[in-house]
Order: sequence, then C-alpha cells, then structure tokens
Amino acid sequence: MITWSNFLSQLFNGLAQGALLALISSGLTIIYGTLGVLNLAHGAMFMIGGYAGYVAFQYTGSFVLAVLAGTLFMLVVGVVMERVIIRHFYSRPGEDQLLVTFGLSIVFVEIVRFFFSSQSKTVAAPAALSGITNLGVMFYPTYRLAVVGIVAVALLALFIVLYRTRLGMIVRAGIEDSVMVDSLGIDVYRVFMVVFGIGAMAAGFAGIVNAPVVSLSPDMGEAILVQTFVVVVIGGVGSFPGAVVGGLIAGEIISLTSMVNPGYAYVMLFAAMVLVLLVRPRGLFGAKGRE
Amino acid sequence: MQDRKPGSFTGSRRQFIRTGIGVAGGLALPAGFVSEAVAAEPQHPPIGTWPAGVSGSSVFIGISVPRTGTYAVQGEDELKGYQLAIEHINAGHPLIKQISPKTTKGVLGKELKYGVADSAAKPNDAVQAQQRFITENKAIMITGGTSSAVAVALNKLAQREKVLFVCGISGSNDTTGKDCVRYGVRQNFYGETAANAIGPALLKAYGKNKKAAFMTPDYTYGHTVTKSVNEFLTKNGGWTMVTNQVSPLGAPDFSSYLTNIANSGAEFLINVNWGHDAVLSCQQAKQFGLLPKMKLVIPYQIPFLAREVGPEITEGVYAATDFWWTMEDKYPLAKMFVEEFDKKFGYKPEWGAENAYMEFALWAEAVEHAGSFYPPDVIKSYESPRKLNSFVGEVQWRPQDHQLIRPVIIVKGKAPKDMKNKEDYWEVVEVVPGAGLMQKPDAFGCKLGDYT
Repeated sequence: MITWSNFLSQLFNGLAQGALLALISSGLTIIYGTLGVLNLAHGAMFMIGGYAGYVAFQYTGSFVLAVLAGTLFMLVVGVVMERVIIRHFYSRPGEDQLLVTFGLSIVFVEIVRFFFSSQSKTVAAPAALSGITNLGVMFYPTYRLAVVGIVAVALLALFIVLYRTRLGMIVRAGIEDSVMVDSLGIDVYRVFMVVFGIGAMAAGFAGIVNAPVVSLSPDMGEAILVQTFVVVVIGGVGSFPGAVVGGLIAGEIISLTSMVNPGYAYVMLFAAMVLVLLVRPRGLFGAKGRE
Repeated sequence: MQDRKPGSFTGSRRQFIRTGIGVAGGLALPAGFVSEAVAAEPQHPPIGTWPAGVSGSSVFIGISVPRTGTYAVQGEDELKGYQLAIEHINAGHPLIKQISPKTTKGVLGKELKYGVADSAAKPNDAVQAQQRFITENKAIMITGGTSSAVAVALNKLAQREKVLFVCGISGSNDTTGKDCVRYGVRQNFYGETAANAIGPALLKAYGKNKKAAFMTPDYTYGHTVTKSVNEFLTKNGGWTMVTNQVSPLGAPDFSSYLTNIANSGAEFLINVNWGHDAVLSCQQAKQFGLLPKMKLVIPYQIPFLAREVGPEITEGVYAATDFWWTMEDKYPLAKMFVEEFDKKFGYKPEWGAENAYMEFALWAEAVEHAGSFYPPDVIKSYESPRKLNSFVGEVQWRPQDHQLIRPVIIVKGKAPKDMKNKEDYWEVVEVVPGAGLMQKPDAFGCKLGDYT
C-alpha cells in the first residue's frame, strides 16, 4: 500500500522502532567488543529489565521509579553475572561462551515464567505521555514519540561515557586490544566488570522503557535478540555508532518493506544482513581486523 | 536464535520413572501373563505401537503442547484439560460416562499414563518429542497442538508410525483438509466453520459493503482462516479486504503493520493473530488509536485474550469459538465440566481446555466402542456414524475427513459494567449448528490414506 502519507508514516515509524533497537544493540555490541563474549542472554536481560520495572510499578505506581528499578536491577544482575560466571569464560573457547550465555537465558526466562506465568503483563505509560498525537500524516501513540526522545538521551549519555571519560577511553582501547591495555598496567578485568554492567543496564533500561509499548511476556527477549544481532552485524561488531545507525536502518527496513509487502518485512532484515556480510563483512562502522 | 528445549515431564521425575518402569515391567512380564493380557485384543500382525503398548495394565499417551513461546498460555490451558480428562477416565468419573457410557475405569480397564513435552509451537520439536514417546514409551495415542503447523506435522508422523493422533487446538482448514490423514482426528472448529458461523452474525450486525483490514499470521492456520472469512464476507456481503497484514509467528512489534492499516481506510480490523501475537496486536492497535475507531473482529477465538487485554478492548467484539463457560446455563455437561475444572484449577476453563477434555473423552468412547486398541479398529469406530454427547450438545464424526460435526459458538465481548463476575467476559450470542457450516468432505482435497 504505497501512498505518500503511508510512506511518511512508515518512515517515522521506522525511526521509532529503530531507536529502541539501537539502544538494545548498543549494550550487546559494547559487551562483545570489549569482552569478546557474544552474550546470548542479552534478550533475556532485556526481558528481566521489563519485569523488574513491572514489579516496581505494581508497588509504587510510578513509572519513573519503574524505569530506575528496571535499570538498576539489571546493573546489579549484570555485575553479579560477570563476577560469578562470565569472567571464568573469557579465556575459554567461543562455543563455551555461547553455551553458557544461552543456558543463562533459558534459566532467566524460566525463572520469570515460574514467578509471573506466561500470561502477559502490562505497564501503563505515564499519564502525561499516554494518548495519541496527530502528526499530520497519521496519528501516533504519544508514548512511542516519547521513547524516541528517551532513547536519544540515553544514547547520548552512553556516548559521553564512552567518548568523553577516562573509563570510556579504556573501554574503547579494550575493544581494539585488551591485551595491550592490560599490559599498560590497567586492571582490565575490573573494566570488563563495569562494561558488562553497563551493557546489562542498557538492556534493562530498554526493557522497561519498551514495556508500555508491548505487553511483557517471558519469551519476549528471543525475537528481540535475533534482531539485535542483525543490527550489530549491519553496524559493525563492537562499534557504538554502528549499533545506533544499524538500529535505525533495521527499523526503516522493517517499516518500509511492510509497506510494499508485510510478509517480507522481517525477511528483508536478514537479506540486508547478508548483503552487508557480502559487501562489507566488518559491517558499516566496523574496523578492519577487529574480531 | 531459536531456543529449543528438551521435553519436560509433568508430575515428579519419580512419577515419570515409575511410569517408565511400569511400561518396561509390563513388557518384561512372563510370556503367559502377556498372552493373557493381550488375549482381549484381536489377533492381527503388530502395527504401530500395538500390541506392545497395550500389553501391560496401563497405556501411555504422548502429549506435546507449547509451554514456552507465543502460544505458551494456551498450551498450559490445554494441558490442564488433558490432565482433568485423564484423571476422570482413570477414576470412571460420571462426566466421562456421560460421553463414553461404556467406560468403567481407565480405557478398556487400562489405566492411562502420560508424558508431556514442550513443543514451543514448533513442528520440529513436537515431532521429535512424539517420536520419542512412540519409540520409548510405546505411546498408543499422541496428542497436542495449539499450532496447525504442529498439527499437520503430527498428522504425517501419526500416519507414518500408525499411531493415532488426536489433534489438539488447530484452526487450519488443512488439518482435516488437504493434509488430513487416516490416523488423525479433530474435535474443534476451524477456519471454514468459523467463517460460515461468524459471517452471518457480522452481516446482520454491521450490514453490507464494508471495508476490512486483516491481520494474518504467516502459516497454514492464518492463511486458511483469513481466506475462509474473506471469501464469506466478499461473496455474501460485498465486503472488501483493503489490506492483509501478514506477520511472522512471534513478531515482537506490530507498529509497521498497524501503520499500514491506519492508512488503509478500513472500517473493520479482522485479527486472525493468535496467542501472544493477538494480545500484542490488539493492545498496540488501541495504542495507535485504531481501536475503538475501527471495529475489532476475532474470527478464531484465543483462550485468555479477554483476560490479558482487558474487557475495554474486547467490549462489543464478535468472536467465533468452540466453547464459552457460561454455556453451562443451558448445557448440563458443560456445567459439570466447568464446575470440575474450576474446583481443580481455580478458574473457569477456556476453549483450549474444553477441546482437550472432549478429545480424550471422545477417544475413550471410540476405543470402548471398538472394544480394542487395535488402531484400524479404533479408526473404524471413529468412522462408524453415531450420535455422541458433548458439552455443546449432540455431535457426530464425519467419516470422510475425521472432522467432528459440532456447533460453532458466536460470542460478543461484554462491557465492563455488564460483567456479572470477573470472568464474565463474553456473552453467548448464538450456537450455530455444525452440519451447515462445513465444506463438502472432499472440497479441501482430503484423502485419508491407508489403515495399515
């Protein structure tokens, strides 16, 4: 259904969808880039952020507290995960890392299912942001508009941490060559813990910010995980700008393809990934030689 | 990355081991006892898991339902229906005897045991699990569903292995249509009967020449239901399908599909999505302001939909379904079932549980009527025409395609203020008799295949 107004609507919707993908993907890419661990539990962490926020929302009724709770809870979970399990796998083969994070994701999902059942849960958007806004070409949920702003601020904060602080400098150096950083006398394992925590926090934050848009279910992380992998591959593994641009591209691909043929919306996402892998295997923003 | 989990067993592990030992013990019994036990069975060459699976004092049923993924909620509900039916059959409960009069305790005096595996609504997972139940546990009957893709795959497995598949929730026309098999039977309503039942109700309520947007999950269930509903409305009411938004099972977000619908000029949103996909797409349709501006229609009811999205969304919505618990007011067996189910599980059963219970009750009836577990005899018992009792009145199997001829229930969502209690979401508008709703037996290309 290609009309001018539908095109503009989809263009905007792609941006909104992409913004959220960018946020989740940035956590995944920072962890992989620095630690070399492909975290298959990232989708489950996104889901837990949503549920932690849901619990806080049930008790307080405050969306702001829910966002804080979802984010901080995932930061704590991330740090504990790294200290107790992940750090033992840095020097293990990649397959072991995949298996342990995949196993963790199953455990997380089933724990949530045990306590909350499979029936979906909803978190209401704050009153000021609920309702619909007239964009001229279409009506759009106000909260989704707000999500674009919220994500932009969060990504900016991540950018500042990564590019304007000493910690960020070490992290970025770690992405390029962690052995060298270690031999310069920096406790790289401590940095790893912080990085894993930040990545987990980004996933948790995305989970609770996304909660009013979707209904929470224990399996929600699975489909998101697949999409974020595609985003990271398109943008370039380990690249923060790559995750942001890749996320926006992915959002636009889904939205604009659905306008032509909805059945192919998600298929095209993978087609784009294949294209990038063929033409530019390191991704749009990936550095040559980086793992 | 698709997550795939090994089968899990209900009850305790110990209970499962006991079941296993029981089956193994039955197989290892002295020859004299075995021949005595089999003596009741007719003399035939072995077929499928027969007679090995019926040589002990119990028989085994393989159950695969989705306990994870998009259809997990409906799968759990279905499982509860199976559990209650097994409990009732083993105890010779009065409710079972109403449907299967020859039942004493168990089926032909044999206790039912079962194993449960998570299919995650994926055909591969279901087939692997059932293959294991057939090989290792000598399952005499397999069941499960909540995805027609799974049902069609299990149809094929059943026909190949010559083990009866009593189909769980499956809404596709194909299950007893082009993919029908001799070794498969289906109790519940499906695309064509849903369309022919809800179509007249929609035309009566809303009139002719309307514009409808469809949301369709991208597999056999979605495509056949959408086709049947659209054909009815187009031919009989001059409705137009202005857009059909096809989406993959488990889509994480429906915004791009809803954006297309918002720009389509549709007056009706006919949502064929199921399970969590239906919950999410309905909620997001409301967020986008499409509801209540457009009228929502649910041609193939989703158990728990109203509980999950809330009556604000389902208010005034027409849906076709297999069963709704307030039918207990008019149907005595429905009343017994709702009471028994509520007593055991603490909530009113939805149609997933009703379908599961009825399937097992009708299977018990068919086996008792055959007087043997020998699969061709059981199948012929299903195929011999006779009136049967059910929660929704008299029903009958159609021998040509193994589809039950049963009514389809049209319900309409109640406004929150009209709900008499917190589970009173739907009002039964009409119970449409089944015979007039079905296509001709060969219209969808059903060829049942061999008995042996």
